[in-house]
Amino acid sequence: MDDLIAEFITETNEGLQQLDTDLLRLEQNPNDKDLISRIFRLMHTIKGTCGFLGLPRLEKVAHHAENVMGRFRDGDLQVTPAYVSLILESLDRVRTLMGHIEAHSVEPEGNDADLIEKLDAVYEGRDGGGGGDTASPAPAPVAATPAAEPEADEHGFVPVRAASAAPVAAPTPAPAPVETPKPAAPAAVAVAKTDTAAAGGEDKESALANQSLRVNVGVLENLMTMVSELVLTRNQLLQIMRVQRDTGFSTPLQRLNHVVSDLQEGVMKTRMQPIGNAWAKLPRIIRDLSIELGKKVDLVMEGQDTELDRQVLDMIKDPLTHMVRNSADHGIEMPADRLKAGKPEMGTVNLRAFHEGGHIIIQIADDGKGLNTERIKQKAIEKGLATPEQIATMSNLQIQQFIFGAGFSTAEKVTAVSGRGVGMDVVRTNIEKIGGSIELNSVEGKGSTFSIKIPLTLAIVSALIVESGKERFAIPQLSVRELVLVSQKSENRIEMINGTPVYRLRNKLLPLVALSNLLKLENIDQTDPSRFDHKYIIVTQVGGYSFGIVVDKVFDTEEIVVKPVARIIKHIELFSGNTILGDGSVIMILDPNGIAKASGDVVSSNNENATGLSESMSDSRRKTSLLLFRAGDEAPKAVPLSLVSRLENIDLKDVENANGQMIVQYRGSLMPLLPFSPAVKTANESSKPLLVFTDRDKSVGIIVDEIIDIQEELIHMEVEGNVPGIMGSAIVAGKATEIIDVTYFLQTAYRDWFNNHGSEPFMNANGKAGSGRRTVLLIDDSPFFRNMLSPLLSVAGYEVTSLESPLRALELMEKGQKFDIIISDIEMPDMSGFEFAAKIRTSGNLWADTPMVALSSHATPQDIDQGYKVGFNKYVAKFDRETLLTALSQTLSQDLALEGRKA
Amino acid sequence: MSTNLALAQETGTSRDFLTLKINNQLFGIPVLQVQDVLGETSVTRIPLAPPQVAGALNLRGRIVTAVNVRRCLGLVDEDAANKKMSIVVEQDNELYSLIIDSVGDVLALENSEFEQNPPTLDLLWRSVSLGVYRLDGTLLIILDIAKLLHSLNRPN
Repeated sequence: MDDLIAEFITETNEGLQQLDTDLLRLEQNPNDKDLISRIFRLMHTIKGTCGFLGLPRLEKVAHHAENVMGRFRDGDLQVTPAYVSLILESLDRVRTLMGHIEAHSVEPEGNDADLIEKLDAVYEGRDGGGGGDTASPAPAPVAATPAAEPEADEHGFVPVRAASAAPVAAPTPAPAPVETPKPAAPAAVAVAKTDTAAAGGEDKESALANQSLRVNVGVLENLMTMVSELVLTRNQLLQIMRVQRDTGFSTPLQRLNHVVSDLQEGVMKTRMQPIGNAWAKLPRIIRDLSIELGKKVDLVMEGQDTELDRQVLDMIKDPLTHMVRNSADHGIEMPADRLKAGKPEMGTVNLRAFHEGGHIIIQIADDGKGLNTERIKQKAIEKGLATPEQIATMSNLQIQQFIFGAGFSTAEKVTAVSGRGVGMDVVRTNIEKIGGSIELNSVEGKGSTFSIKIPLTLAIVSALIVESGKERFAIPQLSVRELVLVSQKSENRIEMINGTPVYRLRNKLLPLVALSNLLKLENIDQTDPSRFDHKYIIVTQVGGYSFGIVVDKVFDTEEIVVKPVARIIKHIELFSGNTILGDGSVIMILDPNGIAKASGDVVSSNNENATGLSESMSDSRRKTSLLLFRAGDEAPKAVPLSLVSRLENIDLKDVENANGQMIVQYRGSLMPLLPFSPAVKTANESSKPLLVFTDRDKSVGIIVDEIIDIQEELIHMEVEGNVPGIMGSAIVAGKATEIIDVTYFLQTAYRDWFNNHGSEPFMNANGKAGSGRRTVLLIDDSPFFRNMLSPLLSVAGYEVTSLESPLRALELMEKGQKFDIIISDIEMPDMSGFEFAAKIRTSGNLWADTPMVALSSHATPQDIDQGYKVGFNKYVAKFDRETLLTALSQTLSQDLALEGRKA
Repeated sequence: MSTNLALAQETGTSRDFLTLKINNQLFGIPVLQVQDVLGETSVTRIPLAPPQVAGALNLRGRIVTAVNVRRCLGLVDEDAANKKMSIVVEQDNELYSLIIDSVGDVLALENSEFEQNPPTLDLLWRSVSLGVYRLDGTLLIILDIAKLLHSLNRPN
């Protein structure tokens, strides 16, 4: 194909995509002059380029559409949904023509007289003025063709004219639409809000456009491959370095190491694209759908800027489209039904994307009718997927998982849109193919939420290296939940049911798969129980299914570059790829999905840990997982497991000293180290266990003597601690155990640790007031601090529910949950603490009278004023234990007094 | 470049072959197809793979599938003590390392010496042999690499 035409098609496709979103915004915001001019300009460009390239048919369509846009721009025609439909129709035509040109390099036969006639009718005001509520706005066209419209000759060289040159014969009366279905007010507000955000982004983009250039994806892919190779070679060199210390190579190698790391990061960035690119078509799809189905659906998108790897983006595009469509088609009810159910007529599909750990979470939530569990049950029985007895023992959540099965659709009738039962299983397969997972939470009558968790990139993953039957394998870190060392002589042992090994993991039976059996690595007597002596269980989770993989040894984690396996062994589902390790050897990468498939039924053994919502709510009445360790003296110490990001064994030779601070090079940066107490000896030993705590980009390592175990316990503080770093003592696993105060160590390592966080309450005095435990709702967007605060607050005598977003809190309010006091951060991404308070304080709300404490780093008088104005009872400057503690008990006692007076 | 094509296009009077021995039988591979000759290398086993696949190895950053040619030819494995050599070839953009007993010289063979496979040859051998060269005192079989490797791709 002609290079020029190829270029034109690429450019125009981009322009068209942009137009789609712009036009929909126009419908909701018809007075946005800036928007209209931009659409007009884009149309004009398409037309102009077509004329230049000799594409008469395409040019004509663009030209006539541009004329209409011109009238919108000049303000003598009001934009109505009917007109928007017409413009969209023209865009579709342009797209069809382009598709043909792309495939065959020439324009297709035929003409577009029908469409052009419609456009002209609007342009000349012959369409009955302003368009009614019908989809086709061109009633009985008048025969007259516009005199000012030069028909293109067969060679397509129509003089390119801007609409301003067109005759001004257009009749002026363009009455405002009377019966136009206007979106409901609240939705319009919501849309307008995203509008401004998006518009801001675009301004930024156009400024950036001058500094960017187009690069062929192939070039980038190639670059990425080479960087991957470079990373592998670097790893090999580092491995050699570790063996031969003190060669002249060490300094340049360190340098190389850093440069390669930076390079890798840089190249990865070039592959990143905002997820908004995959969403661009969704508003259009939803719009068309709602018209087709007669529903009112508003699509709210958040986090369009979240970036992820292009390859991943491609893979999730289709599943996402499918799911959003599903939400609108199956989820949202007809307007009448919604009103009957006491919901606003306009249904909302909420699409959001955000980062969490090394992953991207995409949530698709609708406020529709939710999944009908009864129907799913029936269907499951009908299809023979489960027996009625099995169904009876299943939780709602387990039942809902059936929709991920092949050929499962509960839609009563098949619509053109969805309901054919090829969908959710494909969605799940696609997502799992890229190492992601999908979770579903649905409440009947309230709506459904799908959460998709996907890795940022596929090119380089962190993997755990294990050994089984003398062979080494890599397991993607993403699916590894925890590691357990078992010994058949202790309590920690693997038990057998008719030769099938199982393990009791915190009062649940964990099904086990012995890797050596699965891969037929060794011939071992299957009945001999001692074959499981001194083995490691890798607790793995695939979707909602947890199982353990039994291996002989566990080595380190390594960043690996996933390479596809040779064609000969493609059919082995247990491997997702292979790679070259730092020592130069080839290693197979295990695919947890494949292992789950090979080892058992995934769908039916889902456990209830699967929902995002229930996981994010931690209730202090529930048990906390504690990591037990010894340091200094014999007394066991404990720290909430959720706070520990990694456990390491550190070679003390690697520890360096800077400024009196112990530091170590850790994952490409420096990490300060602290001995747990002076009693932890570091002088004469070669290696020590290390607890690593990480928040955002900061890590600190605490050196301890021995890691003992993980226990689940209710933390019930018996004795208050008065040693710095110890919160107090509690009984854990039948022994007096010191619970350590992580904040103390973090602060010792970094004075400014808390500067980046809103503010956190810390209470180590006993805050028990009145009878029974007081309930606290804690809202903070940092998972690290939520995890840290929950146990701390519960130690102070409160029952804590912690949430990451005010939006979640509002959901709880809707469910009717009550709290004695609410502590809220101010700076949060979804909704600020101020907005949140204002929302709650709206009269009539369940929480309107609940005392609220704000915590923030911005404790300027203006902020504090604002805080009180929106309804906070107290405003506490960040990280001020004493004040917060006092504030909390004061607020509560005031509240009690008030209640007393009322009573 | 496929072997068949290479033979068909032959216009000169002789061609160069790398000779190798498996079970004392002399074989030849067109020299242009050979990418590398490796001494004994450590090979990572691939569990559950077909028996002809010996494993995978790292050749300058590329992962190469090692193929046990003895097994492809229906022969029994030789003593593990014997040092093995391998020849690296590329097929359909993937690298394969063919494990054989020993590598000999590169010979320029006259076209006049070439003959079709004797029809009585074992079916398995006939399927991977392109023909035979009559040498002094011995016979040399031309290995059809493409066919040999394709036979692996069919799951058996």
